[in-house]
Amino acid sequence: MKNDAVISPTSEVTQLLVKMENIHKSFGGVTALSGVDFEVGNNEIVGLIGDNGAGKSTLIKILTGVAKQDTGKIFWKGGELKNNNVEKTRNIGIETVYQDRALAEKQNIWRNLFLGREKVYGRTGFLRVAESKNDADKMLKEMIGFTQKGLAANLGVSGLSGGEKQGIAIARALYFDAELIILDEPTNNLSLSETNKVLNFCKEIKKQGKACIFITHSIYHVYAVADKFVILDRGKVVGTIWKKDITMDKLIENLEYIAKHGRLIKAYANA
Amino acid sequence: MLDKIKLRLTESKLQISIFFVLIFLFLAFAIGNPRTFLSYNIYYAFMSIIPFAAIISIALTPIVILGEMDLSFPSVIGFCAWVFAATFTQYGNIYLALICSLATGLFAGFVNSIFIIRIGIPSLIVTIGMQYLWRGLVMIACGGIGLSLVDTQGTFLYKAFVGRIGNVVPAQALWAVVIAIVFALILNRHRFGVHLLCVGDDAVSSRMMGVNVEKVRTIAFMQMGFFAAFAGILASMEVLYFWPSTGEGYLMKSLASVFIGGTSVFGGTGTIFGTFVGSIIMGSLEAGIVSSGISGFWTKFIYGVVIVLSLTIYALMSKRTGFGKKLISFIKKIGTQKSR
Repeated sequence: MKNDAVISPTSEVTQLLVKMENIHKSFGGVTALSGVDFEVGNNEIVGLIGDNGAGKSTLIKILTGVAKQDTGKIFWKGGELKNNNVEKTRNIGIETVYQDRALAEKQNIWRNLFLGREKVYGRTGFLRVAESKNDADKMLKEMIGFTQKGLAANLGVSGLSGGEKQGIAIARALYFDAELIILDEPTNNLSLSETNKVLNFCKEIKKQGKACIFITHSIYHVYAVADKFVILDRGKVVGTIWKKDITMDKLIENLEYIAKHGRLIKAYANA
Repeated sequence: MLDKIKLRLTESKLQISIFFVLIFLFLAFAIGNPRTFLSYNIYYAFMSIIPFAAIISIALTPIVILGEMDLSFPSVIGFCAWVFAATFTQYGNIYLALICSLATGLFAGFVNSIFIIRIGIPSLIVTIGMQYLWRGLVMIACGGIGLSLVDTQGTFLYKAFVGRIGNVVPAQALWAVVIAIVFALILNRHRFGVHLLCVGDDAVSSRMMGVNVEKVRTIAFMQMGFFAAFAGILASMEVLYFWPSTGEGYLMKSLASVFIGGTSVFGGTGTIFGTFVGSIIMGSLEAGIVSSGISGFWTKFIYGVVIVLSLTIYALMSKRTGFGKKLISFIKKIGTQKSR
């Protein structure tokens, strides 16, 4: 049941966790993605960089099943993902922390943590309320340092700070033991110490042998943790660079060059 | 332990306050006319009349929690009551009539959801149209003439729906209580309840977390149609007659019951308990006012006062606006200035 979304593995891509091939997507005449190829290897942290409107979020929404590509294929561990939807991708092990955090503000923390994946009694659909609350409390405790002390599962989300909300969204992704965790602008609107916590969390993902896609337009944050940078510009991948091949200064130089010319500096084009 | 109780109290402060409004009202009634309000008869009358509106208000609550609105239910009540009466008159089979009527209710809700979800008309607007449409169909179908339901008397269904249990409790009161309990369980203890609250709160986020938003909305509107039909059947059986105007007059009272019960028009919050108490208040106010010796002309005015007052209390209590705190400190300021 768990892998019912995955069809026929092909041998050439089995080393990769995710492979997206020639993805096209347009919204009512506006092209968001035109022929994007994107790969994530096992235990790899990929920094997905690009300006606003480059298509980063669209690419991720297609991968997680929130949106559907016009054409193109997605492979998960070598098997093709067809008729993607959020439930399926969460079941195979992709968890996402969205930019807008995907928390229902007026609901309490435990309802938010298990939203879409409620703990229920078998097929009746009735909630295991006590268990949910206990697990939520445990989650909050384990994430301590991330979220403030004194958070209880019963509290509403609306009164929390930006960092705490981010912490809850990330705790949710961790809890479900995902193999790939996608962080969409995780350091936006966060204070310095909260940002550090997010970056530490990325390193923790790497240690646990999981993979991560880190979407951002802040190179300073992503450079510290990523293994590989994929640079999107106006719906196209303009470059894939390994961290070992480039310094942060050179990366920034490249990004400025891309903004002007729409391509990498020649020296890096074949790296 | 004390913290837990405190948390519970703050969580349910809306329900507690609406409950106190109810108690206050009945105390006022009892002082106004002790002879009436200390006898069982008035409560017996309440239990036979209020359940119809209460069932409708309870079914309406999930829709309001979703941040949607349904104004078509009074006409759906009318049409489903006609289907019930006409099928019964035609075939003489009360179970067939029941099934046809309930199915019609489900269908009416489904039609609403199609227009709202697939075609994308805001629910507030499309259900205004639907209200005229279904009422129009009632008029066309019955030609403005009512149907007698006297023959339903003596059937098992009659006893089960509107009979008098032990000659003291109207069956419909039990139905309303049972439906309220089931709804409260679903809202607080079932996956669907979580989805209702979260979709009403933030549909985009819920979709991102894998909630089937369309399905949740469709179910909400279909159950509204179903229970509108059910209430229509009960109300018609109670008076043993189908009137072409059946269902009219429930609109404003049911909406008011939901809102004075503390359910937010913005969606994402609401309780069945609040709605239930709200519908008792709305249902008992008129009798209370008249029997207290106040002229009947005052009833609508007092309805207005109670509704606006309770809504004001909620607005002040919601910390999010901060308005309550400001107002309280403002009142204190005035107080201290005067004492000087």
